[in-house]
Amino acid sequence: MSIDNSVVKKIANLSKINLSEKESENLKHELNKILDWVDDLKKVDTKMVEPMLSVFNENMKMRDDKVELTNTDEILSNAPDKKENFFVVPKVIE
Amino acid sequence: MSNLSDLTISQAKELLLNRSISSVELTKFFFDKISNFKNLNCFITETFDQALKMSKISDEKYKLKKDIGLMEGIPIGMKDLFCTNQIKTTAGSKILKNFIPFYESTVSKNLWEEGAVLLGKTNLDEFAMGSANTTSFFGNVVNPWKSKNDIDKKLVPGGSSGGSASAVAADLCLAATGSDTGGSIRQPASFCGLVGMKPTYGRCSRFGMIAFASSLDQAGPITKDVLDSSIMLKSMCSYDKKDSTSSKMEIPDFPKIVKLGVKGIRVGIPDEYIVDGLNSNVNDNWQKGIEWLKSEGAEIIEINLPHTQSALPTYYILAPAEASANLARYDGIRFGLREIGKDLDEVYKNTRASGFGNEVKRRIMIGTYVLSAGYYDAYYLKALKVRKLISDDFSKAFEKCDCILTPTTPGVAFGIGEKQDDPLEMYLNDVLTVPASLAGLPAISVPSGLNDEGLPIGLQIVARPFDEETCFKAAFVIEQLSNFNKLKN
Repeated sequence: MSIDNSVVKKIANLSKINLSEKESENLKHELNKILDWVDDLKKVDTKMVEPMLSVFNENMKMRDDKVELTNTDEILSNAPDKKENFFVVPKVIE
Repeated sequence: MSNLSDLTISQAKELLLNRSISSVELTKFFFDKISNFKNLNCFITETFDQALKMSKISDEKYKLKKDIGLMEGIPIGMKDLFCTNQIKTTAGSKILKNFIPFYESTVSKNLWEEGAVLLGKTNLDEFAMGSANTTSFFGNVVNPWKSKNDIDKKLVPGGSSGGSASAVAADLCLAATGSDTGGSIRQPASFCGLVGMKPTYGRCSRFGMIAFASSLDQAGPITKDVLDSSIMLKSMCSYDKKDSTSSKMEIPDFPKIVKLGVKGIRVGIPDEYIVDGLNSNVNDNWQKGIEWLKSEGAEIIEINLPHTQSALPTYYILAPAEASANLARYDGIRFGLREIGKDLDEVYKNTRASGFGNEVKRRIMIGTYVLSAGYYDAYYLKALKVRKLISDDFSKAFEKCDCILTPTTPGVAFGIGEKQDDPLEMYLNDVLTVPASLAGLPAISVPSGLNDEGLPIGLQIVARPFDEETCFKAAFVIEQLSNFNKLKN
């Protein structure tokens, strides 16, 4: 059991998800089970192996360094709360 | 026109070209079908007004015999993971239940430019995370196929492109788009008796396709036959400067090569795909598939993919890790659901608690854990290295063979509600599809027979990067020799 209640709490905080007590308890068991299962990978010898970040082998394409304008109304069209040309967020400075 | 249901894209196009039917007629036919089969829950959003407009434009083109696209006048379903301009796009999640994009995904844009007609947005597992279409906020999808031993039992269509697969299988549209991260096109296609093609990573642009695991996500078609798959894939692919991993490789004329046969093609058979839990009907069907290809002149070669059994654990580190980063954007600030909270942190936490379902939360938690300080090397970095070994296995195998034939899934469609108690049991559905995803290879699932209960079985063909053509050729031979279209009726 590598994951205990405090680890679940820490991960939930990093993930920015509030969990009920029941959810935390379930997740503790499920995460332990899943991690025990993926632990099998420890048996694979990877000493001389380079990590593979992407299967994509072509060179990165560059675009012209030009400003592309976007419509502010469009960007704000899905905002849960907005005022004039801004997103409204809860107060962050005391 | 009694049997519009049975039409394929290629047949419908012929009727449209010789003007024995109009696109508007065809489109309206599907409105009725969709309305009559709401119990399958295939669509999240129906776009009938849009469909009528699009079909009228197509009819005009047929009339003038001008600018007729590859998919001209063909009514399709669009997985609700592809952003469609001014049309609600949810990813099957509560957190996006009211999201209306102001841009179009490149894949859907390409399809509209080729004349396809949008009937609606199809249901899916939430953020494409699932293998049974049971994690959608909009409810599970029902597979139109029934077990002859228990015709009242409702079966899953597979996932995550379950709404697309079920809609095509129930003849609610001529074809549909899917997306595949670890098997989400191929597995539902297999469960619903359809052709599902995941092209090489980079063939289809990911722009506007809501991200799950960016190094794996690829769009592809779900169709009734192999020829349709080739037509629709050709319409979907393009180089796109809006996707940094979109390929500049030339796009072949797929429909032209489909029927060229497999003479002289070397087909690899990997021992390692005889996994625990491989259903005996599926295994028997695999052996038949080998014989079919052999009878058409293919050479059968035993190959080894020694790291196969590490693929699924590797996937369940990498995909959640990427998902946890991709889904960080759903914070209730700029778009999507927002729940209130006493401060900013509470807004984030309440929004994400209320907006995400259990499977998505589970994967974000795993992903966050394997990327967190102290565990990154042991899990994430380790998985990246094993991914390289899995990819190298394929490269070595392709020195000896031109494609690899395997079953698509260990079993067939199961009952709704089964495999829900243990996430690992659900994850095992993808054990045979995930390796090709990790290596970014093209892979197709083609229906190849029925099991004892009369449910479809699929075979998978995996080929070298950018060699979708070999997938299509081998799949076409299997489609013909398995006689699946006759078995189905």
